[in-house]
Amino acid sequence: MNAVQYLWLVPLLPLLGAVLLIVAGRNMSKPIIASIGAGSVGLSALTVIVIGVAFLSNPDVYEISVWQWIAVGNLTPSIELHLDALSLMFIFVITFVGFLIHLYSVEFMGEDSGYARFFACLNLFVCSMLLLVLAGNLVLLYLGWEGVGLCSYLLIGFWYEDPKNGYAARKAFIITRVGDTAMLIGLFLLFATFNSLDIETILSAAPSRWEQGSSIATVAALLLLGGAAGKSAQLPLQNWLPDAMAGPTPVSALIHAATMVTAGVYLIARMNVLFELSPVAMTTVGVVGAVTLLIAGFSAMTQTDLKRVLAYSTISQIGYMFLALGVGAWSAAIFHFFTHAFFKALLFLGAGAIIEALHHEHNIFRMGGLRKQLPIVFITFLAGAASLAALPLVTSGFYSKDMILWYAWAGEKGSGLLFIAGLVGALVTALYTTRLVIVTFFGYANTRVSKRPGWRMTMPLGVLAALSVVVGFLEVPHNFWHAQLISGFLGGVLPAAVIDSGIEAYEWALQLLAAVVTLGGIFIGYFVYMATPGLHELVKKKFPTLHQLMYDGWGFDALYTLLFVKPVTWLARASRGDVIDGIYTGIAWVAIAANRAIATTQNGVMRWYVLGIVVGALLIITLGILV
Amino acid sequence: MNAIPIEYGLILAGILFMLGMVSVLIRRNIIFMLISVEIMLNAAGLAFIVAGSKWTQADGQIMFIFILTMAAAEVSVGLALILQIYHQLKTLDTDAANRMKG
Amino acid sequence: MTLIAFIGILMAGGLLAWIIARWNETLSRWIALTVVLIDLMWSVAILVSRRPDFSGTDWLIRFDYPWIGRFGIGISVAADGLSLVLLILTFFLGAVSVVVSWREIRDRVGFFHFNLLWVLAGIAGVFVVIDLFLFYFFWEVMLIPMYFLIGTWGHENRRYAAVKFFIFTQASGLMMLLSILGLYFIHGINTGTYTFDYFELLTATVGTTAGRWLMLGFLAAFIVKLPVVPFHSWLPDAHSQAPTAGSVILAGLLLKTGAYGILRFVLPLFPDASRELASIAMTLGVAGILYGALLAYGQTDFKRLVAYTSVSHMGFVMLGIFSFNELAFQGVVMQLVAHGLSTGALFVIAGALYERIHTRDLSLMGGFWTGTPFIGFITLVFVMASLGLPGLANFIAEFLILNGAWQASHALTVAGAMGLILAMAYSLRIMRKIFFGPASDMASRMSDLTLREKVVLVPMTLLVIFLGLFPQHVFNASEKTVKDILGVVMRSQADAIQNANENP
Repeated sequence: MNAVQYLWLVPLLPLLGAVLLIVAGRNMSKPIIASIGAGSVGLSALTVIVIGVAFLSNPDVYEISVWQWIAVGNLTPSIELHLDALSLMFIFVITFVGFLIHLYSVEFMGEDSGYARFFACLNLFVCSMLLLVLAGNLVLLYLGWEGVGLCSYLLIGFWYEDPKNGYAARKAFIITRVGDTAMLIGLFLLFATFNSLDIETILSAAPSRWEQGSSIATVAALLLLGGAAGKSAQLPLQNWLPDAMAGPTPVSALIHAATMVTAGVYLIARMNVLFELSPVAMTTVGVVGAVTLLIAGFSAMTQTDLKRVLAYSTISQIGYMFLALGVGAWSAAIFHFFTHAFFKALLFLGAGAIIEALHHEHNIFRMGGLRKQLPIVFITFLAGAASLAALPLVTSGFYSKDMILWYAWAGEKGSGLLFIAGLVGALVTALYTTRLVIVTFFGYANTRVSKRPGWRMTMPLGVLAALSVVVGFLEVPHNFWHAQLISGFLGGVLPAAVIDSGIEAYEWALQLLAAVVTLGGIFIGYFVYMATPGLHELVKKKFPTLHQLMYDGWGFDALYTLLFVKPVTWLARASRGDVIDGIYTGIAWVAIAANRAIATTQNGVMRWYVLGIVVGALLIITLGILV
Repeated sequence: MNAIPIEYGLILAGILFMLGMVSVLIRRNIIFMLISVEIMLNAAGLAFIVAGSKWTQADGQIMFIFILTMAAAEVSVGLALILQIYHQLKTLDTDAANRMKG
Repeated sequence: MTLIAFIGILMAGGLLAWIIARWNETLSRWIALTVVLIDLMWSVAILVSRRPDFSGTDWLIRFDYPWIGRFGIGISVAADGLSLVLLILTFFLGAVSVVVSWREIRDRVGFFHFNLLWVLAGIAGVFVVIDLFLFYFFWEVMLIPMYFLIGTWGHENRRYAAVKFFIFTQASGLMMLLSILGLYFIHGINTGTYTFDYFELLTATVGTTAGRWLMLGFLAAFIVKLPVVPFHSWLPDAHSQAPTAGSVILAGLLLKTGAYGILRFVLPLFPDASRELASIAMTLGVAGILYGALLAYGQTDFKRLVAYTSVSHMGFVMLGIFSFNELAFQGVVMQLVAHGLSTGALFVIAGALYERIHTRDLSLMGGFWTGTPFIGFITLVFVMASLGLPGLANFIAEFLILNGAWQASHALTVAGAMGLILAMAYSLRIMRKIFFGPASDMASRMSDLTLREKVVLVPMTLLVIFLGLFPQHVFNASEKTVKDILGVVMRSQADAIQNANENP
């Protein structure tokens, strides 16, 4: 064995950090808390790098069983870690980006009274997320899955004194729980069929147990998709993510951009065999992704809160990943996850620096002119934004998005409609990103900068900015250069995308088209928000209903309130006094009434009683005579 | 000696019993009610005696002695209760002693 | 003898505590605590020492002594893995109850501890007795002291709650008595041996119709105790009005006797009738899950809310028992333990809050986290346990139950799983109302947990986490019991199928 046998250290270190902070955090000084919090994740990241090096020299599938968790009948999940290329990529991103964000938080949260609590939750999150992606069976995966949900809940509602934050936290937890429940039912279905919840077992047995396109495979895949959609904020369970921005910004960066929300992508990629068995489920995944990326992209265009813009863009980008999964471009989805993790974390951290510098101002229209005042933030933010907008050739976002668009068109399961959706999405993405950069960094300075970020905040920004440019070159299109490291790396785990024959020749044209669309989006953004002042207000006034609809995220909140929240709260309120108890109260009431009725005969007047005796005696005598 | 027909004795006993019963029903004064109960008891005793002489059995007289004994006991307890009621309520009206109504 | 000693020690300790309290109340508390702890340690020692034997064919501990030979009544007690696990839970929560009453109960301390220990004795008796006559006796022993606990040391509406509790359990208990006698006589007439012995009665052949009625009698007592909707309505009142110790014992132990009774008596004695009833019972279980969760969500009284969550969680038990497979059965066993711990702890927390702010009204609370993060954290753990967060014991239970139920009925499992979403809603409501939000007026009156409260709550927290990660310790203990009971039901099913094939 090699370094991989120490894999259990990877989730254990953050867990230890969390436990230490929970138990003794209140009595620790801030530097100690920070070193435990960030240090545990840093050590974990180092371990991952060592393991990664060992893995690269000998890529294989490693199973490390720690202990037998449950053994009841056929259900025998153990606490076992499973390392392959896919999980290695995820744990690398989780620990590495996680460490940078921890480092950033050391300064960002520096004046918060809940310092220990913050790092405890963040460490616990990292641990759960690592378990999620390292789990060798679906039960352990579900443990990580719910664990990250809990941490997300705790961290969104971190500033618990404001009821609004609590509302957002509960909303996130409950909506994702809806998806999780679907997933749980999916697990029951899988267990009933395969008598095991071990991922390897299911994946190897599925093709022989279920026919291609069988309805039970579709049901199983769709149930898992339900879980994935909840966690990854995809239609129809997407509306919790914008509100989740109530949490501290590093949380948004780590949990609600880089890692947790991509758990759904991981799940589908991990269970790819199952999805491949069901064309219906694959199409559903693709369509869900396409629709989500469009509606979220349009919503992002109208938001005024810096973090909400980024939140919608996260939903939209994960939509791209789902689109890629849906067309069978597994590696492309993971590649986009990889690049997205870097540039979106970067954007959020940049946003955090801005918000902190401007006295917690969230409205981008009250910002402006930050280019000169926060130069480092500006440059790094620009790098992230360029990557988000998929600026051709130089950014990682371009390469990953281009790969998705290419497979959406050329892939065997791709279709013109999905491709067009992706293309429109690209235009919209470029447009809102440009808008964001221009409104925030150019023009007049509406708010004075009070505080500049220190090195612990700028360092992660710099590293992430460099990465969001560089990682794109790990996987460039075939026709550019021979460097397909990501798909090569994942080749052993994920099937390669199949493309229609004879279509390769058009790849150049598509890339050109995508580049033109992106540049067009950037230009429109520049034209509307910079070149012609006042134009965007005009557009807004012209379509007030549409604007409002997009601003509210297409009314999903209102719809769900009407369909689910109101009926349930009404029912709960109506039955608060326990309707069934009413039956028993009724019985008791009848008994009491009967008692009252009979009690009136006992009036205390003795002559009545004597009369009763006499009448009774007479009656008996009469009966005796008559009978 | 001419035997008195049994019917006469029984009719007398019946009349006595009815008198006692009616006065229990209509009297409010508890002492009168007690007296009326005694009359009813004596009526029953008379019936026993008459029946005993008819069948020439001693059982009727034995029963009457039982009734006498019981009546004596009952009167003593009853009078004690009446004294208590009078102490408590300052009246002998039974309707005033209706505290045990439901 | 060990098992008799368990019960005897409790009963004697109860009497002693009552007498001693005339002179020294603190000593009375210590006596009660010592007695329960002796039982606890003893039972744990048995579990640890007998661990390899669980797969054996016989019962772990058995003791038989003919008592009233004429009527076939014997002092027969026996424990297998399931009984042992539940006994340990009983003594653990018993110790918890004694400690939480340390400051709460100030008047009639001796009588309180007498009742407390006798309830525990009754419960322990129910878990080990295998003579139906004695079973009924202990069933009553458990009931009457509980009535006094609620009625004497309860909250403002205690009389009502105590009487309601008494009527429900007594009426249903009498139906069980009828069934016990019915079984006794039917078996006696058939074989000529009149006996209340469980093993003897297991072999009784009862006609189909008679079997149905007798089973309903047993079931009546058990589903009222469990409780199953629509027979649950004594529970919210009793739980919310009882003193903390009473609530802990009610929720943590008394409800478990219902589940235990179904597993130990209803299924093995009447496998055919039970199978016939399965779909109705499962539906009732699901109804309980959903109805309890919905009502819990609507409550404003903290203890009442927790009480309704019990209704919801016990719905899972009902669903699991009548799914008839190993996964669900083991899930039920785990649910009994996990629910005992988590709901018990929530009631302890409710008691701790009441001690500080003298209200159970959630709408008056809020923002307590700032001042009392320790209570907040402990509550968070148990709230998460009650919503079924993986890694905690309740998840294992609910996962196994639903997974097992899936094999019996897809639709009911899906409906039951909806309960998980509602569980999320009511659980988070607890956190929001008490600990989050702006600081309320009450917040200033809050102080964090005292050492005594920590001694109770920290072990409970650790246990609920431990069982979530190492549930196998419980499953190993109960495996044989579960398989035996399942075997009886499966045999009855096989016979029925065979009969159907032979006489089409």
